[in-house]
Amino acid sequence: MDLKEKLVSSFMAFEDGLDLDHPVHEERSNAIKNFETKGFPTKKDEAWKYTSLKGLQKIDFSIFPKQETALEYKDVKKFFLHEIDTYKIVFVDGVYSSYLSETTHDGVDVCLMSSAFSKPMFQQVIEVYFNKAASKDESLTSLNTAFSKEGAYIYIPKNKMPKKPIQILHLATGNEAALMLQPRNLIVAEDNAEVQIIERHQSLTGNEVFTNSVTEIFAGKDAIVDYYKVQNDAPTASLVDNTYISQKDSSVVRVHTFSLGGKLIRNNLNFYQNGERIDSTLKGVTILGDKQHVDHHTLVHHAQPNCESHQDYKGIFGDSSTGVFNGKIIVDKIAQKTDAFQQNNNILLSDKSTINSKPQLEIFADDVKCSHGCTIGQLDDEALFYLRSRGIPKKEAKALLMYAFANNVLESVRIPELKSRINKIIANKLGVRMGFDL
Amino acid sequence: MLEIKNLHASVEDKEILKGIDLKVNAGEVHAIMGPNGSGKSTLAEVIAGQEEFEVGEGNILLEGEDLEELSPEERAHKGVFLSFQYPVEIPGVSVTNFMKTAINESRKAQGLEDMPANEMLKKIREKSEMLEIDRKFLSRSLNEGFSGGEKKRNEIFQMAMMEPKLAILDETDSGLDIDALRIVANGVNKLRSKDNAIIVITHYQRLLEYIVPDFVHVLHNGKIVKSGTKELALELEEKGYDWLKEETAV
Repeated sequence: MDLKEKLVSSFMAFEDGLDLDHPVHEERSNAIKNFETKGFPTKKDEAWKYTSLKGLQKIDFSIFPKQETALEYKDVKKFFLHEIDTYKIVFVDGVYSSYLSETTHDGVDVCLMSSAFSKPMFQQVIEVYFNKAASKDESLTSLNTAFSKEGAYIYIPKNKMPKKPIQILHLATGNEAALMLQPRNLIVAEDNAEVQIIERHQSLTGNEVFTNSVTEIFAGKDAIVDYYKVQNDAPTASLVDNTYISQKDSSVVRVHTFSLGGKLIRNNLNFYQNGERIDSTLKGVTILGDKQHVDHHTLVHHAQPNCESHQDYKGIFGDSSTGVFNGKIIVDKIAQKTDAFQQNNNILLSDKSTINSKPQLEIFADDVKCSHGCTIGQLDDEALFYLRSRGIPKKEAKALLMYAFANNVLESVRIPELKSRINKIIANKLGVRMGFDL
Repeated sequence: MLEIKNLHASVEDKEILKGIDLKVNAGEVHAIMGPNGSGKSTLAEVIAGQEEFEVGEGNILLEGEDLEELSPEERAHKGVFLSFQYPVEIPGVSVTNFMKTAINESRKAQGLEDMPANEMLKKIREKSEMLEIDRKFLSRSLNEGFSGGEKKRNEIFQMAMMEPKLAILDETDSGLDIDALRIVANGVNKLRSKDNAIIVITHYQRLLEYIVPDFVHVLHNGKIVKSGTKELALELEEKGYDWLKEETAV
């Protein structure tokens, strides 16, 4: 049985355990129908031209983990940003781990989707926000919606800010030979609220993991949301990340994506500006080697006047790795005075690595500032010579140049400990040890 | 200190250096002058190990050791320093961190431990004061957004930190106003000692009023066509390079 059939036929069993009178039930039923009709995207779909999910569909993934696995904190500590105090929402093989988590209901809600779905006190938020930003058309998003049951639920009421940043960590233990995970996250920051979130997916073994994640983020008027995606997974872990962001007047949402490891990563990052004076920032650092593949598909939909968007993606591709950047910007006719900026710079370190970079601008307003730029090149020999002439060996000199290249993306990370952690991951990846944070 | 014998170098089959002979002893300052395109910067980069150039005939010996097989970093570890005409910008790496890395890599190559942090700090303070560099400047990203003058002053600061045996200053005077020129020249003069040697590459005589050379060489069309003492620089300033071309043609 192929993966699609397996998923569709599992749906009934999945629903058996859930409340069929719940309003979400209808969303799930519609979603599975859509997935059944469309199936997995193929290379014939324009948006999936360079990324194939064919290989993954041949793997016999378990859709529901059979048993809970206990993990010791000391064994997974390194995957947390443990240098600072944070709230933590941790899942082990898709199941919430209360032992590893630290949630709260103190003025803000940092807890679980399963609670939000089942407890009456959350019902109103679910009705207003759940599945309202996510696409009802895109098949993998529908697949996730159909099986939506667990994930992070974060609700920050008006004028509030959690005492500390929040970490969402999805761990896969490898208890199953191959495991498919479909976390569903809902993040709501009401008017003038502020929140910082770090999300990471981590497989602990060499077993296959396929995560199809959907995150919806709602930013109210004047809200500020910083979302950091740390993608540094095992070489057998694949991730399709579908993130939908809906912003109201004068809100600021910044998403940083660090794609540093994993087998296949596809990021569908979608911003919808539903108000004026909105600021949307999308930044990414991608550093790949081996046969790794990363595909960044971004969408910024400017639907109202006087808004800004800033996109800056840097990619470094070694060995036989492949990258895709597809940046779509839509400016509606009424969205005058839009200021949309898009930049994608790439360095190819080997003859076998490739990058496909494509800006896609659809502008219907006439008084806008839209700029986009894309570069593909090699490391600058002259700069390399400069560093080496100061006694810095070739490998370290290359690392310094790559670091310098990616630097302006790291510069806007607002949690210093996270920035220094990312630097360490990058230094490890480049195989260098510098006398300072790199 | 440095001995160059019949050095030929080319890039993409175009010969730029066509047989250079030069001997620089410890304690000496040599100036190399010449019109644009004569091969001055190529000579500087070839000594520092730029791999872009194909070295054909000839040798470069540093304290008797042939540098040919050595990488740029190995040459730096042996005490070669090049002050660049166009220093490269490295965003996100502070001047201080860059210097720490450079110095500790050189120490590592010599089998030494990292320089203790307080010693490093003291040295950085001392050398930056010598070149009248603001402390804030040292935490800025290397060369990023620096003015032309700041870049050059930063190069000499690096030279002061690395304490090379052989320093080559490639057009360090270009982009400097007179005050900055004085500070930079003053710094270089303080670094002069009987144990090191300095090669100053310049188009103009102006710098040589402040860094007074022991010898002056004129490079033209990939060859040293005339050598003399500091008076030669004045002669060049007065007459330009044209008369020299004619003279060598004869």
